[in-house]
Order: sequence, then C-alpha cells, then structure tokens
Amino acid sequence: MQKITREQLIDKASKLLSNGTVSCVLGWKLGDFDYDVTPAVFNTVEELNEGFVFNDFCGANFSKYLVAKTGKVDGKILVFLKPCDTYSFNQLLTEHRFDREKVYAVGIPCEGMADIAKVKAICGEGVLAIGTDGEKMTVATLYSDEPALIDAKDVLAERCENCKSKKHVAYDELLGEEGDVIESNRFDEVAKLEAMSADERFAFWQNELSRCIRCNACRDACPACTCEKCVFDNPTSGVENKSPANSFEEKLFHIIRAYHVAGRCTDCGECSRVCPQNIPLHLLNRKFIKDMNEFYGEYQAGAEVGMRAPLVDYTTEDLEPGEVFDRRDTDA
Amino acid sequence: MQVNEYKPLIVAFCCNWCSYAGADLAGNNRLNYPADVKIIRVPCSCRVNPMFVLRAFQRGADGVIICGCHPGDCHYTSGNYYTRRRMAALFSMLDYLGIEKERTRVEWVSAAEGAKFAATMNDFVETVTALGENKRLEDLRCKK
Amino acid sequence: MQRVGVFVCWCGSNIAGTVDVEAVSEALKNEPGVVFSTNYQYMCSQAGQDMIKEAVKEHNLTGIVVCSCSPRMHEATFRKTAAAAGLNPYMVEIANIREQCSWVHKDILTGTEKAIILGKAAIAKVNLNAPLTPGESPVTKRALVIGGGIAGIQTALDIADAGFPVDIVEKKPTIGGKMAQLDKTFPTLDCAACILTPKMVDVAQNDKIRIFSYSEVTDVQGFVGNFEVTIKKNARFVKEDICTGCGACVEKCPMKKNPNEFNLGMDNRPAIYIPFAQAVPKVATIDPNACTMLKKGKCGLCSKVCTAGAIDYTQKDEYLQEKYGAIVVATGFNPISMDKFDEFAYSQSKDVITSLEFERLTNAAGPSAGKLIRPSDGKHPHTIVFVQCVGSRCDACAQKGKEYCSKICCMYTAKHAMLTRDKYPDTEVYVFYIDVRTPGKNFDEFYRRAVEEYGVKYIKGMVGKVTPEGDKLKVQASDLIANKQLHIDADLVVLAAAIEPDKSARPLATMLTASMDTNDFFTEAHPKLKPVESPTAGVFLSGACQGPKDIPETVSQAGAAASKVIGLLCKDKLTGNPCVANSNELMCNGCSACANVCPYGAISYEDKEFRMPDRTTKVRRVASVNPAVCQGCGACTVTCPSGAMDLKGFANLQIMAEVDAICK
Repeated sequence: MQKITREQLIDKASKLLSNGTVSCVLGWKLGDFDYDVTPAVFNTVEELNEGFVFNDFCGANFSKYLVAKTGKVDGKILVFLKPCDTYSFNQLLTEHRFDREKVYAVGIPCEGMADIAKVKAICGEGVLAIGTDGEKMTVATLYSDEPALIDAKDVLAERCENCKSKKHVAYDELLGEEGDVIESNRFDEVAKLEAMSADERFAFWQNELSRCIRCNACRDACPACTCEKCVFDNPTSGVENKSPANSFEEKLFHIIRAYHVAGRCTDCGECSRVCPQNIPLHLLNRKFIKDMNEFYGEYQAGAEVGMRAPLVDYTTEDLEPGEVFDRRDTDA
Repeated sequence: MQVNEYKPLIVAFCCNWCSYAGADLAGNNRLNYPADVKIIRVPCSCRVNPMFVLRAFQRGADGVIICGCHPGDCHYTSGNYYTRRRMAALFSMLDYLGIEKERTRVEWVSAAEGAKFAATMNDFVETVTALGENKRLEDLRCKK
Repeated sequence: MQRVGVFVCWCGSNIAGTVDVEAVSEALKNEPGVVFSTNYQYMCSQAGQDMIKEAVKEHNLTGIVVCSCSPRMHEATFRKTAAAAGLNPYMVEIANIREQCSWVHKDILTGTEKAIILGKAAIAKVNLNAPLTPGESPVTKRALVIGGGIAGIQTALDIADAGFPVDIVEKKPTIGGKMAQLDKTFPTLDCAACILTPKMVDVAQNDKIRIFSYSEVTDVQGFVGNFEVTIKKNARFVKEDICTGCGACVEKCPMKKNPNEFNLGMDNRPAIYIPFAQAVPKVATIDPNACTMLKKGKCGLCSKVCTAGAIDYTQKDEYLQEKYGAIVVATGFNPISMDKFDEFAYSQSKDVITSLEFERLTNAAGPSAGKLIRPSDGKHPHTIVFVQCVGSRCDACAQKGKEYCSKICCMYTAKHAMLTRDKYPDTEVYVFYIDVRTPGKNFDEFYRRAVEEYGVKYIKGMVGKVTPEGDKLKVQASDLIANKQLHIDADLVVLAAAIEPDKSARPLATMLTASMDTNDFFTEAHPKLKPVESPTAGVFLSGACQGPKDIPETVSQAGAAASKVIGLLCKDKLTGNPCVANSNELMCNGCSACANVCPYGAISYEDKEFRMPDRTTKVRRVASVNPAVCQGCGACTVTCPSGAMDLKGFANLQIMAEVDAICK
C-alpha cells in the first residue's frame, strides 16, 4: 500500500550514514510477525540491510525518541517522519525538548497504516504473514491454506481513515511528493458522543475506561508525554498511583493525562494505537482539541514551531466555563 | 429539623484578593449560606490545578466551585483569564465523560460582593443537593 | 513530623456564640501532629499571644494553627507572635471560623462541625508547611526614564529632587516631546513653551540628571532593583560635549530642503539641524540621509564653519550598559495616520490638516510665525471646520481608527476654536462633534466660553465628506439636532486625529516584560489602586503611554510615578514575598509553558548539566524562578505537567491535604 519502499529508505539511510551526515538511524525493525514492527536504532549499513523494515504497520511516531536519543548520540540522528509525525516533531521543538541541530529529518509519504485488529477481524486469528499487492493485502493465517486477499483500505487504522494531513510541516529532506492538509471528519465521533445524554456518555466511558489495565502504554508512546518525571510515577506528587485501584482511578489518570497534553496533543493517535485494550483514548484528546478549536479558534499543535497553545494564552473576551454548556444546550 | 437530611459536601476554592475577601464580607454582613461549603484559600484562582478539582471529587466532594476576581480585575492581571480557559476545558471534559455538569462551577466574586458570594453558595448548594450524592466520581475507599 | 499547637479563639461571643469552641479544641487534639490544643477568649489580645508564645516553648511547637477570624485580619499578627516565640512566621496557618463559619451559620451544631473541619484542614496544611524566608536583593539607586516629554521630564525632576540620579533616554535629538510643539495650553491658555522650556532647562542643569538624547533602549535584563539596560546612542555626527549650539553650521548647510519633523513637514530644515531654539541639549544633529558629506563624501561645510570643531563625520552608534533600580516608561503618544480616512481628503488637499499641524500653524515659532494661514496658498482662512473624533470612538468592526476616546481632543479643539475667534474675529468657526467631553477642572467653563463668548458654532453631528473644489473645501455634514444636512464651503478643515501609543512602546514592553492592552497602551498593575505601577515590579508608567491624558493629568501621574520610584530607591534591600514559585529542576522539562503564562517575566531558562543514573552527564534546559520578581500567583504551577513548578506556602501537596481533610 505504501508508495515508498523499504529499499528506497535503506538507500537514503545508507548514503547519509556513509557520507557521515548522520551517525545513526531511527527506523523500524521487524518483530516476530509482519505486523509487530518496533522502533529501533541502526548504526551501520549492515544493520540496516539486515533488520530495517518498512510496511503498513510502521505506525510508530519517532519524534518522541529524539528527546532521549539526541542527548546520548554524538553527531546527527536520521529520523524518518510521516506527515503526522512532523507535527509532533514541531511541537517538541516548541517545547525545547531536543536539539534540532542533532537531527536530520527525512519526510516520507504515508498512505495510511493498517490496524492489525481490523485484519484479524476479517481474516481471523493466527495471522502468520502479511504481504502487499497494490491496493490489496495478502494475509496468510494458521487456519487457512490459501492466503486471503483483502482491500488495504478496509483495514486502515482509525487515525489514518481520519488523516488530518499528508503535508509535512518539518523536514530537512523530503522523499516522494508533498501532500496537503486534509479536511478530515476526525471530530465526528466526538460529536456523536456529545449528542448522547450524560447517562449514555457515562456508560460509554465507564465501559471503555474500566478495561484500562494501567499499563501506561498510552503515556509511554505519546509524543506529548515526555516529562522527565511523570506525576503518576512520582511519589512526591501526591497523585502517584501505579495501578488502578477502582473505577475512578482510571478516569483520574486519563483525564489528567488528556489535560496535561491539551493544546500540545497533535492528534497523532499513538495512544489508541498502542492501547492493548483498544480503548479509544484519542477521543479524549480530540474532545479537548475540538473544544479549544470551537472556543478559541482553530489551533493545530505542531503546525509551526513556537506557537502558543490555547491553554497558555487568553483573550479578555473568552467565553465563561458556564457558557460552554449554555452554548451546547441552545444548539441542541 | 430532619435528622437524616442529605447534606452535600462542597469545596470552594477562593482567590485571596477578591473572592476570599468577598466571603469574609458575607460573614461581616451575616449573610447566611449552608455550612456544607468549605473554603480553601488560594492566592489566585489560577492556582487551582484540575488535579485539585478531581481530587476533591475522588475523596467524596459532591460539588466543586472556583471563585476568583472578575475578569480584568485579577490582582495578578491575567490569572483568572487562564482559570477561565482551563476550567472551561476541564468542565467540558467532565461533562463529556458523563459527570453532571452542575457539580462544577466557576464564579467571579469581587471583594465587595459579599451578597453575591452568599447567593452563589446558596444556589450552588441547592443545585448540588438536588443532584444528590456524587456517585460517578467518588472513590469509595476514602469514605469513612 | 510537626509538633502542632492549636489555638481556638472565642472572639468574645463572635465565634463562641455559634461554635462550641471547647468542642473544637477538644476534637482537634487528636489530629495528626497536634500536641497541644486550647481555646481562649481573645487570641489576638496580648494575653492570647502570650499564651501562644508560652505554648511554643513549653511544648516545643513547630507549627501553629489559630482557629479565629479571617487570615486577612490577623494572619500578620499571629505570624509576628510566632516570630517572637522563635518560630518561623510562615509556620502559622489560620482556620477562618468567624467570617466563614460562626457569622454565616446560625446553628451551633453545624457551626461547630464546620469549625472542626476547617481546623483539620489547617492542621493538614501546617503539617506540610516549611519555614520560609523572604529573599533579599540589593537596590541600584538610580532610575531610568524612557521618554523625554513632559511626563519623562517631570518624573526625572521629581526623582532627582529627592536626591537620586536619573537618566532620561529620548529617541529624538531633543527632549520636550509633544508639549514642545504645542502653542497654548488649555484651560488657562498660557503658552506651552513658557511653562515647558524652563523645566527643560532645569533638567539640563540638574547634576543628578543625565540626558541621552537621540538614543534608545535596546535591551533590558534583570529585575526590580537590579535592571541592566543597554542604551544605543545613535551617531549624530556632532560631538555633544563640544557643540555650543551656535547654529553656524545650520545656517551654512547647503542641503536645506528636508522636511522639518518638528513642524510636521510643513516647512524644511537643513541636513544639520537643531530641532528648535530651546532644544535641550542644544546640540546640532546631522541627518545621515540628507547630508552629502555622509552620503557621498563631498561638502564638509559644517565642519569648516564650526569653530568649536564639534563635527565628527566618523562618529559611530555607541552602546552603553547602565544599571538601574527602577524604570519609568514615558513613551507618550502620536496622532494616528490619516491614511484610512480618505473621506476627509487629507491626502488630497494641503488645507486639510490635523490638530497638531494646526498647533504648529498658530505657534509663533512655527512655519508661519504664528500667522494662521492656509498651507496651500498662504491666505487667511475665513471659514474653518473642526472635525472631532477622527479615528476615536470608532466601531471595532469598521477596522479603522480606535475604539477608545482620545480624551484630549474636545478640549484642544475648543482651545483652537477660541484662539482663532480671538485673533481673527472675522473667521467663522464650526466644530462638529459626537459628544463634547469636558470633565476636568475648569474644562466645561472653558468650552462654554468658546460657545458663549467667542461664538464658536458647535454642531452635533459628523462630517461625512470633504471635497476639494477650486480653492474651497466642500464640507458635507449632518446636524443631528436640527436633523438636516449641512453644506459648508470651508477654507481650512482641521481633523482631531485620535492618539495612539508611540510605536516604540510595543518592543519596549517586550523587553520589560510589561503587559499591554490590545491598543498597545501599557497596563497598570491595578486599574484603580496601582495606576502608575506596571505589573512588572520596578517598572512604572508615566503619561500617555498608559492611556490618553492631558498635560495636568500627565504631570500628576509623572509625580506619582516618581514618588513610587523614590519609595523603591530609598530602600537598601528589597524583601520579597516568600510565597513564590520554585521549580524542581530534576523534574523540569524546560518546555517554557510556565514562562508563557507568567505575567511578570519571572521565569528564565538555563542549560544545566545533570548526572544521570548511568553516570553519564546530560545537559537539560530547566526553568528557574527569580524570587524577587515572582509575585506568587501560581499560574505557572498549573501549566507544568510534571509538577516541577510549585508554589511555596500554597504547594500542591498542601492544597491537596486541605482538600483531603475537608472531604474526609
């Protein structure tokens, strides 16, 4: 499905490694299966040829890795950034989280990543190998003799169905063609929830959040959650809590996490991608984004470096917290 | 007087310069409001972290109200403008999660508005009392 | 663990009337940390305070909770008591059981119950209190005044009068500002120069005052009491200390055709010039864009005629570093540009002028030597139309002009109209207005004189269009009271242009981290109670940079700003409020969110080396709070996701402990 190939990326990375532009490469490495691709650091051309992959499951947003990695490496790091990753990249620069000089960013086009849960929903469990063939995907499973042929667009991840931009907002070099910002329908789900009654919403979130096992994957993958010390891990914060003790704890964790990234969240969707319980966490972040867009004007975190997020800004004419509901109630 | 009448637990965060003084003025003028309201003094409404609001709910509060200087009158010039944005976002989120929106409120009360302070508290207590106990956001462990 | 003493006050019957004080002190005995609990009739009395002091000694108390009236009432009292007993004064917490309990609840049961809970919250907080010491910082006993108009001049004179050195930085070649350009001043009609120039001389002769003219502030570092300011002295190509201001060079300069800024371009000046006769410093300045010697290396006449040898074509811009304890902003105002007001034909006809141009036309030292003439043909105008509120009180949607009232226009227009009728009784004078606003001492009387004694025709209504036709200006206007359209053939149209802050104010505000409103006027620390202080400690406001003002108001504000500066400079050391923000650098991300919301610019960042667990070092950007500048609002603490930023005296843990105690 991707227009750019593994070979092209390895070729680019090898050249930059060989001519000394960069000293290491942040890329994707194959796991046990085609779909459990993980982020990895490659130091040599040999390592690249051996382990580097690029397929429809290379969803990981590398921006966050730069925070830790730039402090440790001499020389530049080559990072491949999909359009949505570049927003996180800019946002982290806005927050001074890494040294831009230590990064060589190569923008790569993205046709949307696949969601293994959707593949399994169609082809069943026991997925062994996934191959691509244009707009189609071949899926070999334990339980069938013939690989299934499915439409790639049927298994597109939610965040890619609602892709907000194919345009890179930051890069040193771009591979392939530049795309555009997309008028997506990413707030439709939020609007649907808003239209429900309070009881229905409570039931919805109770059902979703009660599945949370507090594995912290959402936080650990989130490119906005780069705190040196997270309040939930910090015994001196007063809210430290490593596992959910009851139904409220998860809400507290997720509300506070969403609040902490509000105005900084670029809506990259990593939280929902990595959630082992498939909780639609992006719906929390999108609620904040949608609200702030409606209350204070359109704002896309990371669209440019140095922007001032809505929650660290104000106008004297802002609406009152009570008016938020008045507005909605009159709309309804 | 009924003995087992339901009494809500209300936490009120009041900024030192306007609303806390407004509450004092309500006292000076002997304006009654229910004892269910317990005030916590903060230097400015912008000192109120959403975490404090959630903490109160977690520990069993039935309503949380934040009072500050009127917009434009903040002792620190801009504090309440930030409060306004933060709480608008937070309250909207709580509502989105299905928590009754009437349990949270932001009100601007100046040091001269003792009467407004008392009226606000009376109204808020009445509203929360009508809602009844906060079951959606309480942490049972913390209840005695 | 603290050793807390609890002291419950009866306040006579004020508290004891609706709160069972005995029950409260008894109930609080068993709270964590409490080692002593008692009650007394008047805790704030000498006997009550002695009781606290004794208890501190006897029970080795480390913290005190007083359940009494509002902390706004007696917190300071009990802090002093604690200090007298050898405790840190910030180890005291007050539970407000009078104003917020006994006085608002009638029932003794609920009152007592609530008082106990409030006491518990205070105990929970004091258990987490830490001794706090206010920071101290020295004060540089010198003030900087930015802007040398009447506001800056008055402020500088008043500060110098109290014995403190002052520097004035003025971007023009001379001090004097707008007032120097005026003819007469309302409501007394004394001439502006007669009252301003002696003050300018006072400034020049005052050995406490240094004037940096033709200079600007390019950088401000530091904080209240300790500002470090970079001043750029623009090259004027004349040695200031040598030039005697004789004017020989001005006379001989061959490049005579340059628009004279002082007369708003209504006449010309040479390339080397002294803005006006009473300029201070009276020193020539070469306009580098007009001088052929500077542009092409040819001429040098001024150098030849200068017997003092003051001309220096090689002079360069000079940067000075100076230290100040206080900064006064007096950057003043300008009339707005008339570009967007084409309906008044300002760009089409020379005979449509602004009020400030009118001032120069009627000024004896102006381009027409004080004769009121039409700029186009030099003839005496017989019909003059004054238009009020040009660009003032505009609709925000109109996208032109200002929403605010410029405040001074009603009065100066009355003055212009009156003076015209006085000097030239044959002139017909019309004034078109929306409202006439004259709320000042002797102001309304002044305006009525213009109408009643001088026969100025005031018409309520606006001028819709001015069309130049032949040597006349066709004025179309409406008379709202008579409800009819008027057509007037005028010889001269004078526009009362709105005033706006000087363009240099915005970048200056950024340097000073002083806040501005949407119109670029500096905002005061409090609109009523701190009208001359900016929210940034040590930065004060004088004159029209804070809002439109006339001369009397400007002078009184200048004096007020000076007195605030003197009050600051009198101190040898500044003691801060110890309840300030502080950042735990081990947790700080360096993301700048806190600095974004800080209204005082108290937060700065530095790159610091940290030892990592694996024994490597890592350089990280971390925030640090300047306790001398921080006022302790706590806005930063909430923006900080990691909780690295906390507020002393109102720490996250303290407030959460209060919440927990209340919700138990």
